Amino acid sequence: MDYITWRSFYTVLVFVLFIGVVWWAYSKGQKKNFDQAANSIFDEDKQSSVTKDSTKQESKNNE
Amino acid sequence: MSQTNPQQIEYNLKVVRQFAIMTVIWGIIGMTVGVFIAAQLIWPELNFDTPWLTYSRLRPLHTNAVIFAFGTSALMGTSFYIVQKTCKTALFSDKLASFVFWGWQTVIVLAVITLPLGLTSSKEYAELEWPIDILIALVWVAYIIVFFGTLVQRKTSHIYVANWFYGGFIVTIAVLHIVNSMAVPVSFTKSYSLYAGATDAMVQWWYGHNAVGFLLTAGFLGMMYYFVPKQAERPVYSYRLSVVHFWALISLYIWAGPHHLHYTALPDWTQSLGMVMSVILFVPSWGGMINGIMTLSGAWHKLKTDPILRFLIVSLSFYGMSTFEGPMMSIKSVNALSHYTDWTIGHVHSGALGWVAMITIGSLYYLIPRLWNQTQMHNVRWINIHFWLHTIGVVLYIVALWISGVMQGLMWRAVNATDGTLTYSFVESVVASYPFWFIRFVGGVFIVAGMVLMAVNVYRTIRAGKPTVEHVGGASTQASPAPAATQSA
Repeated sequence: MDYITWRSFYTVLVFVLFIGVVWWAYSKGQKKNFDQAANSIFDEDKQSSVTKDSTKQESKNNE
Repeated sequence: MSQTNPQQIEYNLKVVRQFAIMTVIWGIIGMTVGVFIAAQLIWPELNFDTPWLTYSRLRPLHTNAVIFAFGTSALMGTSFYIVQKTCKTALFSDKLASFVFWGWQTVIVLAVITLPLGLTSSKEYAELEWPIDILIALVWVAYIIVFFGTLVQRKTSHIYVANWFYGGFIVTIAVLHIVNSMAVPVSFTKSYSLYAGATDAMVQWWYGHNAVGFLLTAGFLGMMYYFVPKQAERPVYSYRLSVVHFWALISLYIWAGPHHLHYTALPDWTQSLGMVMSVILFVPSWGGMINGIMTLSGAWHKLKTDPILRFLIVSLSFYGMSTFEGPMMSIKSVNALSHYTDWTIGHVHSGALGWVAMITIGSLYYLIPRLWNQTQMHNVRWINIHFWLHTIGVVLYIVALWISGVMQGLMWRAVNATDGTLTYSFVESVVASYPFWFIRFVGGVFIVAGMVLMAVNVYRTIRAGKPTVEHVGGASTQASPAPAATQSA
């Protein structure tokens, strides 16, 4: 593959990957995980059972 | 995955405290040097006929002090804090973290010594000579190991978005620094770039603009994604947007460098490509800004009472302003007017003083009481006064330089209709700039005054408290998450 072909291929590849990232980020399945991630920085403030639940949930969803 | 009781693990807050204090000190020093050279532009006698006090030597000292001493100390400190807190684990290695702190301070002290002596590689924002460059690389590798080592050890399954931005910043700066600093040493204090001609210029601005993009933007966005939600006490507006924001920002920024070389020996197509990529950069920049500001949606009233939040949110408005201005200035026809004028300096300072400094100051006001076992800063009213001093200073600064910049651009391009000769000599544009340079100087004094007030506030807060000792998991007896949590990537 010559240089120009490789660069063209690479540009298209990055574009497709980016669309993939957007699609993934906005897919329904991820919403819950992302909400938990966004709230994870408050874990230390509101300890106890709530935290435990969300941690469990998160690990389950990632499997 | 160890089964250690998380209560045994103590956060390394010592290194965070060290960086926090040095950020304030270097901030005052760097900004004071800035005010001093601003004064030199108005009163050139202020160099006292001493070579090491000349503008040409102090200007790189100013930029190095604010970017690498103030800004990078803030980034290193906050990244060490955030990575521990969000990964619910201690730093990978306390010894290496300490090496990062002392190594980085050594680099800065060496800069303070060598730059006024006139030892420079003459590459903008990369002026330090090769022995210091090697030390920077070593410290940075240690930084990479500590930061990513901590990420690997994390007790959470997800890596919080702030860490992605910090990670992107740390890795990219390593690459930029090493590639741009490639040089042939001819003596211990003198080296020449490995690259020649236009290639050298392109490498330099690929470095230069990505220092802006990754150090002054991505790193501080990491700060934003942690401290804005924390201070607002609500999660970030859209976590999904933050994911897209990250990937869009890092994949676009890297191409923007050529806009520093419009109408130079750089090939035309490279200039145009750099322009297009810079204009597109507007989109992720504003995506991130909106994400930060909208975090406050539904809680706008907090801005009335909380000066720390005011710092954080106004920093984002300045970020929005300068990331709108930047793409506009990278358009070749606009650049033909703005390039080499004060407009560029004004643009840089709306980013550096408006965005970078304000988000840092806000984050420090959040952080410092928590690092010294206090509930809030010694005097919250002073934070508010600092906010106004800083805001007034920045506005004076950037408005003055906008006007003088556009004026200079118009004067330089003005030609007499009859014979096509230049209407104004260069020195006439210098004379016309004096009033604006004075306003800029006054703006700088406001900013330094605010920083001094901050230093007093910080000192009083530290005096009243004692270093915080905090364990992973806080005071409660929360068990570490299920083993499965750490397996997923």
